[in-house]
Amino acid sequence: MPVKTMRDAINEALHQAMAEDDSVFVIGEDVAGCNGSQGEVGSVGGVFGVTGGLYKAFGPNRCIDTPISESAIVGAAAGAALVGMRPVAEIMFADFIGVCMDQIVNQMGKFRYMFGGKSTCPAVIRFASGGGFSAASQHSQAMYQILTAFPGLKVVVPSNAYDAKGLLLQAIKDDDPVMFFEPKALYQEACEVPDEMYTIPFGQAAYVREGDDCTVVAFGQMVPRAAAAIDALEAEGISCDLIDPRTTSPLDEAAILESVEATGRLVVVDETPPRCSLTADIAALAADKAFHALKAPIKQVCAPHSPTPFSPELEAEYIPSAEKIIAAIKATLA
Amino acid sequence: MTIPKEKLLRAYRQMKTIREFEERAHAEIMNGQIPGFTHLYTGQEANAVGVCEHLDELDTIISTHRGHGHCIAKGADVIGMMKELFGSSEGLCKGKGGSMHVADIEKGILGANGIVAGGPPISVGSALAAKIRDNGRVAVSFSGDGSVNQGTCFEAMNLAVVLKVPAIFVIENNYYSEHTNISYAVGCDDLKARTEAFGFPVFMADGCDFFSVYEAAGKAIEHARAGNGPAGLFAEQGRFHGHFVGDPQYYRAEGELDDLRENSDCLKVFRGRVTTDGEVSHEELDAIDADVLALIDDAVAAAKAAPRPTAEQVVEDVYVNYGNA
Repeated sequence: MPVKTMRDAINEALHQAMAEDDSVFVIGEDVAGCNGSQGEVGSVGGVFGVTGGLYKAFGPNRCIDTPISESAIVGAAAGAALVGMRPVAEIMFADFIGVCMDQIVNQMGKFRYMFGGKSTCPAVIRFASGGGFSAASQHSQAMYQILTAFPGLKVVVPSNAYDAKGLLLQAIKDDDPVMFFEPKALYQEACEVPDEMYTIPFGQAAYVREGDDCTVVAFGQMVPRAAAAIDALEAEGISCDLIDPRTTSPLDEAAILESVEATGRLVVVDETPPRCSLTADIAALAADKAFHALKAPIKQVCAPHSPTPFSPELEAEYIPSAEKIIAAIKATLA
Repeated sequence: MTIPKEKLLRAYRQMKTIREFEERAHAEIMNGQIPGFTHLYTGQEANAVGVCEHLDELDTIISTHRGHGHCIAKGADVIGMMKELFGSSEGLCKGKGGSMHVADIEKGILGANGIVAGGPPISVGSALAAKIRDNGRVAVSFSGDGSVNQGTCFEAMNLAVVLKVPAIFVIENNYYSEHTNISYAVGCDDLKARTEAFGFPVFMADGCDFFSVYEAAGKAIEHARAGNGPAGLFAEQGRFHGHFVGDPQYYRAEGELDDLRENSDCLKVFRGRVTTDGEVSHEELDAIDADVLALIDDAVAAAKAAPRPTAEQVVEDVYVNYGNA
């Protein structure tokens, strides 16, 4: 099977979805690039290169550059989806949710409910999320935990190229609005990815590792880091379940609870600060529904309650390390 | 501009339906029968009808918190709307939306909208779909004088020009954004010029005169439908009620409301013009009045008798499909 990076896997999914269904189009800032300039239109393909080649393949009506107007981009996707198109909008850095939150939360996320189930809004919004690039406080946030809190939105966080392709193809086919968070630290990470189209259903967690001693739940770029931590512990005779929920809304509660029931221990890992976070959410889930099975206090491994710092030394301290994950697992076993 | 008599009668019926819907809704709110926040459109009926008479079912509109008039003008079921205001599970939105979120996608009504200037970006999306499909449809966003100072309105107007989509921005100036006059809230002296500076033509209408709105809206919609990109329509007309039902209206000048109802009532202006011209008789209009009153009576009776939602419906219709999770 061919090996592809997450960037290429997402790009392939977009090409295939647009070729299959002419109601699919992409819209965002520089998704083509160079419009109105002397450069070749389409030569940018998104600031992370994820939409490369789409302009050349599908033209200006389906690979649409916009001004820097995030509210208008999300609104345009919402309106086009209400009348039957399947837009895939790009909001570049997930941090920019701050400038278009009304259109995401109050508009597309609520249409179906407010309109009594008589509308669909099959839009996908793509975001590059998370830290690891010294991009500082306004270009490093994960943000998916925020949108997970809003009913009406589905929220996807792939942790590898294979999942990214299958989850994106599912997102585009899905009739509800889907927030698709691409951990930008993983764009260059590669794994085996089939050439053909396939989908991964929402609400089905992946078991990344299987073990007996502790359950580890991790999100996005924390999944490979947690896997490395668990692999390192193998030499010490410690084995863990590693669960990647893949979608935070819907959440595969059953997979998490089943594992906690079996291991009696839980470590939850995410790169976000701790308050109102997914780590707190999963910890509460286990405390509520699997309390009797717990043999040790639940451990949350997350960023501190501070904005993301710039300096590489500070950011390395800020984002959970494999060492911190190892320490948390050991603490549950102490 | 010559308008066929059939169309004139229909326009009058639509305006009268909006008026009576609103006035009866007002009475039922005061009776405690309608819950929540309601914003009445009374007085501005000519705007909604003058625009929507140019649209067919596949064209879209998006509306505002003051949305009953736009929805009725675009063909929403009046009885279903009244049931929605009462919060019945038989309402147009099953009692999930209420006054501020009346919608009927199949009739091209992309919803009333509780966020000021929430609608224009969405309307640009509908217009973009029309452009991509090349199907000749247009998308109208109604918004008020309060919306023109929102960034989303600026973003939507600019994007519509950049993408050259058939979007029509209808700005209804009723002089007050909530309790603040436009003379304070809009920083420049010439809002028309400010809007035209985005790069599209803006047509002006007298919002208490159906004929003025109809003619100006026709030009704006024709401009957009012909593939020339977006257009604007400004219509001025005060509202007869407060920002919301219960607004003490401290901002009104003495006699302002009486003057509006006496001298700027689109129904009176319309009746005066068509009967003076001899196109339509008072008796024909009186017959429509009687029809409309009966319809609104029926709507209120139906809304009062309609079933109430049940507990399990709280979590219905959040998603098309949320899986087993």
